[in-house]
Amino acid sequence: MDALLLQIMNGLDKGSAYALIALGLTLIFGTLGVVNFAHGALFMIGAFCAVTMQKILTLSATTYDPLKLDFLGNPAMIKTPYVNTWFSEDFGALLIDWSVPLSILLAIPVMIGLGFIMERGLIKHFYKRPHADQILVTFGLAIVLQEIIKYFYGANPIPMPAPEMFKGSIDFGMMIGFDANQVIYPAWRLVYFLFSTVVIAAVFAFLQFTTFGMVVRAGMADRETVGLLGIDIDKRFTLMFGIAAAVAGLAGVMYTPINSPNYHMGMDFLVLSFVVVVVGGMGSLPGAVLAGFALGVLQSFASMNEVKSLLPGIDQVIIYLVAIVILLTRPRGLMGRKGVMEE
Amino acid sequence: MFGLNSKDTRAFLLIATLAMLAPILLNPFPTGSALAQFNAGYPDLMQRFVIFGIFAIGFNILFGLTGYLSFGHAAFLGVGSYSAVWMFKLLSMNVVPALILSVIVAALFSVFIGFVSLRRSGIYFSILTLAFAQMSFNLAYSVFTPITNGETGLQVYNSDPQYLMAEGDPTVTHFFGLEMRETFTLQLGGWSFDFAAGYYMCAFLLLAAFYLSVRIFRSPFGLTLRAIKSNQQRVNYTGLNARPYTLAAFVISGMYAGLAGGLLACMDPLAGAERMQWTASGEVVLMTILGGAGTLIGPVLGAGFIKYFENIFSKINDTVLHQWFAFMPDGLENVIVTIVHPFIGKGWNLTLGLMFMAVVIFLPGGLVEGGQRIGKLFSKRTPSDAASTADRPTE
Repeated sequence: MDALLLQIMNGLDKGSAYALIALGLTLIFGTLGVVNFAHGALFMIGAFCAVTMQKILTLSATTYDPLKLDFLGNPAMIKTPYVNTWFSEDFGALLIDWSVPLSILLAIPVMIGLGFIMERGLIKHFYKRPHADQILVTFGLAIVLQEIIKYFYGANPIPMPAPEMFKGSIDFGMMIGFDANQVIYPAWRLVYFLFSTVVIAAVFAFLQFTTFGMVVRAGMADRETVGLLGIDIDKRFTLMFGIAAAVAGLAGVMYTPINSPNYHMGMDFLVLSFVVVVVGGMGSLPGAVLAGFALGVLQSFASMNEVKSLLPGIDQVIIYLVAIVILLTRPRGLMGRKGVMEE
Repeated sequence: MFGLNSKDTRAFLLIATLAMLAPILLNPFPTGSALAQFNAGYPDLMQRFVIFGIFAIGFNILFGLTGYLSFGHAAFLGVGSYSAVWMFKLLSMNVVPALILSVIVAALFSVFIGFVSLRRSGIYFSILTLAFAQMSFNLAYSVFTPITNGETGLQVYNSDPQYLMAEGDPTVTHFFGLEMRETFTLQLGGWSFDFAAGYYMCAFLLLAAFYLSVRIFRSPFGLTLRAIKSNQQRVNYTGLNARPYTLAAFVISGMYAGLAGGLLACMDPLAGAERMQWTASGEVVLMTILGGAGTLIGPVLGAGFIKYFENIFSKINDTVLHQWFAFMPDGLENVIVTIVHPFIGKGWNLTLGLMFMAVVIFLPGGLVEGGQRIGKLFSKRTPSDAASTADRPTE
């Protein structure tokens, strides 16, 4: 039982990254009808927002201490982060320690801005072109974004520490009534899961309970009629693109302590997220989230040793297998709407 | 000639001349001169041009004619490579059985994948093929390690059985005794040209592949495929079932990919799973689109273009740039080198991505359309003449 619980948690954790990216993809697809192959790159840029934030916070003034010598006999170099000098020593250290969560503050404006530029500058011109062209141009854009990041940050993964408070593991089993030391889980992964639930809930609440969200939902259902009612739906859809980019970026920011960011992490996630979107149903937001979590859990069950000994290699292919079966039996996906992307 | 109309014959002869004279054409600079590093006329690189040309021609038969965008074609390339290496391991180092098996295996594999994927179209088809290719890639790394040798890659060892290997047979890949790496070097003044057996075998296969694709483009079958591209529903209404046609196109293009994979293994008897990764599938998409999807010579041009500039751009470094811009005042020289720096050397992919985006945005017909537009600027045809050809600009 505890092994099962552990796998479910593993799966939910992985699934939350899938769900966040797939949610963004679906938002873009559902509103603008564009298949965005650059969405993985947005995830990756979010992660590099965290790297940038950490670099900014650890910018240091270098002073030399003539009393202490390093091993070469030169005066020892002492680096003092500016934040330590500006604020108190303790508060500066606290800021640096919490650099990953703080990066959210940087990532949201950066990603929304980037989404705006992408939509207004490039994707706007592709609404009337075939889906293949949209795929191709965003694929090209993904390569470009990836290479730009590689140029500035190098090709190696950059390790990002989680805040001290969430390093290490916590005994999750004890919290829900198991014996001690049964279900021990890395703390940051629990944070990631909670964080993604909050983000997903926020997006749904925004769409459900605000006037803006209501208009957007109406536009997703029938763009033309909303336009006829005198509402500038394009402007709102542009903002939704920004929000979708921000969701991907936030997923990237918080993912950095789990996997050190490198320039091609986006592409690795993109393929799986597309599969997730298709399984959930093109254009269905709940479908994307549901499929993200479900496929995550399924994948972690498939990587249990008991399952792997029965069906070797199943953990590598389970997601793709499920996608193939779903596409062939339920072409619209789990919760796909009628009339979306049907030819 | 050979049942081609005059226009296609011209295209064919153009490709044939280019392919046959490539060792000379691609070595325009004398050996030892400062520009010799931009020579691309060495066998290893020319073989890549030609092999990826074959791959792109095959991809174009599917994408250019039917409009089905497959993101998983590298799987067939990988399968072709694996089967070729297995023939080297089991029979002998002769390339003929290896190529035959790689085409057959790729065909079988593509029948299976095509049968499933072609049930859906549009973006779903792209994602299905992508899923299959990623699945094969993952499997090649994990469960199929006995067949694929996992991360090490499959290669030929001395302990392999090689049942057909006779005494004195070459231990490198050969065509009935003619070793693939055998090279005839022609010294002509300061120039030196390499004519490699392996390159010419690939070049002849490229010509055969190109000829076949011309025939397919001009056949009733090819016309049906185009009809499916422009309006599948109407094709259905006329009583034609589209799926066998698309499946045939898919399998043919899979066989081309298998042949290309087999040839890669013939030039260097080594096969690794990374050949199946989806970035490799993306590469062939780039080649085809850049050259011009749906045109005859576009894919070959695109493949040559990408592979050539990949090679050249990655060679340029800051020192070379400083030489080039040495005539400028120092400050300006440094500024320009700093600006150009991200686009060269390891940054070649950035240039490629930008170029690709520019092509998709401004020139959906690829290099071929670009050439036609330039040609139109200089031609003195009447506007009505130009309008009549505008309907089919990509022939």
